[in-house]
Amino acid sequence: MLRVERRPQPSRFWTWLTPPLAVAITMIAGGALFAALGENPVAAIRTIFWEPLFGEFAFYYRPQMLMKGAPLILIAVGLSLGFRAGIWNIGAEGQYIIGALTGAGVGLAFYPLDAWYIFPLMVVAGALGGWAWAMIPALLKIRFGTNEILVSLMLVYVAEQLLAQMSLGLLKNPDGFGFPGSRNLQDYAAAHNAEIIAGTGMHWGVVAALGAVIAAHVLLQRHILGFRVRLTGQAPRAARFAGVSPARLVLFCLGTAGALAGMAGMFEVSGPSGQVSIDFNVGYGFTAIIVAFLGRLNPLGILLAGLLMALTYIGGEIAQSDLGLPAAAIQVFQGMLLFFLLAVDLLTNYRLRLRTPEVAP
Amino acid sequence: MTITKFLAGAAVALGLGLAGAAGAAEKTRVGFIYVGPVGDGGWTYEHDRGRQAVEAEFGDAVETVYRESVPEGADAERAITEMALKGADLIFTTSFGFMDATLAVAKKFPNVRFEHATGYKTADNVSTYSARFYEGRAVQGHIAGRMTKSNIVGYIASYPIPEVIRGINAAYIHARKVNPDVEFKIIWAFTWFDPAKEADAAQALIEQGADVILQHTDSTAPQAAAEKAGDIITFGQASDMAEYAPMPRVSSIIDSWGPYYVARTRAVIDGTWESQQVWHGIDEGMVEIGEISDAVPAEVKEEALALKTAIASGEYHPFTGPLKRQDGSDWLAEGEIADDGTLLGMDFYVEGITGEIPQ
Repeated sequence: MLRVERRPQPSRFWTWLTPPLAVAITMIAGGALFAALGENPVAAIRTIFWEPLFGEFAFYYRPQMLMKGAPLILIAVGLSLGFRAGIWNIGAEGQYIIGALTGAGVGLAFYPLDAWYIFPLMVVAGALGGWAWAMIPALLKIRFGTNEILVSLMLVYVAEQLLAQMSLGLLKNPDGFGFPGSRNLQDYAAAHNAEIIAGTGMHWGVVAALGAVIAAHVLLQRHILGFRVRLTGQAPRAARFAGVSPARLVLFCLGTAGALAGMAGMFEVSGPSGQVSIDFNVGYGFTAIIVAFLGRLNPLGILLAGLLMALTYIGGEIAQSDLGLPAAAIQVFQGMLLFFLLAVDLLTNYRLRLRTPEVAP
Repeated sequence: MTITKFLAGAAVALGLGLAGAAGAAEKTRVGFIYVGPVGDGGWTYEHDRGRQAVEAEFGDAVETVYRESVPEGADAERAITEMALKGADLIFTTSFGFMDATLAVAKKFPNVRFEHATGYKTADNVSTYSARFYEGRAVQGHIAGRMTKSNIVGYIASYPIPEVIRGINAAYIHARKVNPDVEFKIIWAFTWFDPAKEADAAQALIEQGADVILQHTDSTAPQAAAEKAGDIITFGQASDMAEYAPMPRVSSIIDSWGPYYVARTRAVIDGTWESQQVWHGIDEGMVEIGEISDAVPAEVKEEALALKTAIASGEYHPFTGPLKRQDGSDWLAEGEIADDGTLLGMDFYVEGITGEIPQ
């Protein structure tokens, strides 16, 4: 009979094997789902994973994958620092929205001035906005001991209301005939997060995401602060004895995650999305949580996980229009990925043993 | 990595040029971008019926494709681009929020024709089309004013854009005309389709004493909530929602897109398609009034149908003075009729409506 036994140490082998395994199981279960819907499962899986990369229109989809993956990676890298230290920022979506608002706000304030410094200022404003929004749960936690999960999550809904209010009021396009939504920043060159090389999908947000991956990698491997983050997550008591201030760590982790999420929002609003609108946010802040865990909270892993997630988005869209799969089936498919990842995670911390009949001592 | 990127860039430039030319060869391809699921029973459902009408009309000569539940914003641009890349000749984007995305894609595909619903931006290859839903709202308002016993009419509004505000005003004016004591309670849901939110809004309105619920959101959730509460009347929105007749649904506004979609597809096939701005109403058949159920007294039904006929014939316009704005300032003098420009940009309530338009 099978028995589950806790490992003394999480298995390194399984730590790296579980994500690909989860992807494989998702493909099988997803294939079964598509088959149940009357589709050829092999064709459906092929469409999702192959078409965007090597299909006829890959020249269009590959850049799109970068654009879709960049905000996920940028946010997930920030979140992973906190998750490692046991600080649970669930409200990246809110920080993303606020970053977009402050970033776009600065850009629109300069309209129609044409100057080189506008875009850098917007980046700073976006990062600051996200940072400030994340400071609310951080300060409440260290001052009053509130739960950062609840506070950061609730602030998402506050941020959404603010977004609606800004789209309808302060940031509304004065030439928009009363319709909600700001001016389109794509039409305002000084504030436009354009592709650095046209047609590649490589905008400044992609550059920032790659930069964040490298910076986080160096931080965690080489820097004392990274060591403290890891130590606090693995052994909080030991960390305290080693002189790690929990309050400072909370400020650092939430602040960094907020700033990166804010930047992601700013790059999105000034680039692919173009305008502040009521429906600006599409859930990157929440999906990034999946990406962070899928990437094992490791910066390089997150890079791969973000691209994989982007692939399922783009591939899922292709499957919708080519095969007529319903949108909900694609969402179920993506949900399966996290579900199976968490399920096979069991193997990292536990091992399966064949139970041999034991004799009572 | 860099080299492949460069190549990818070059390929995009080439591909965009080629895709436009390749499409026209055989079947005419018509694409539809939907904001909700085709099974929403309301807005998107009716657009999809329009798509089916195109298929039925042209058979093998036309191939249609659609994409449902497309979020407004950056994802919409990709969805539209994808359709254009795959050789669509004509693409209908069926939500206001797809406006900028439609224009952006249209710029890259000059040989593809685009039709954007309810927007105001056009280009050489982008038309806009919308229906004068407010004509139907006037009929609804009339029935609502006559039917309410509590004198409280609940209104589930979606987004504070002119189209929605126009609907509230049209319904209110005509409810007030037959019932001076009527009061409108308006909840802004900030969504087009979210059954849970819509049901909550309906519930809140019922608790505030509303016995008539009007909705500008797309799902049947408010109908279900009203049915459960009992003795509440509702109206089908965008689609007939006949499964809730005769109560709570006593009538409906049906958007009938089929004839327009067929006409525009034919124009593409014949090569006569040109950019235009269309705003059709009851007269042209784009707005239909769903059957008024037996829950409505015969006399009220007769009045409502008479109002509908008067609007269709042009004898009566729902926005005819004297009308004042909410702040008491004059808008239309006695007998004066609102011009389309004001209606298209309407951002104010008429006198008597309480509350503020969110901004």
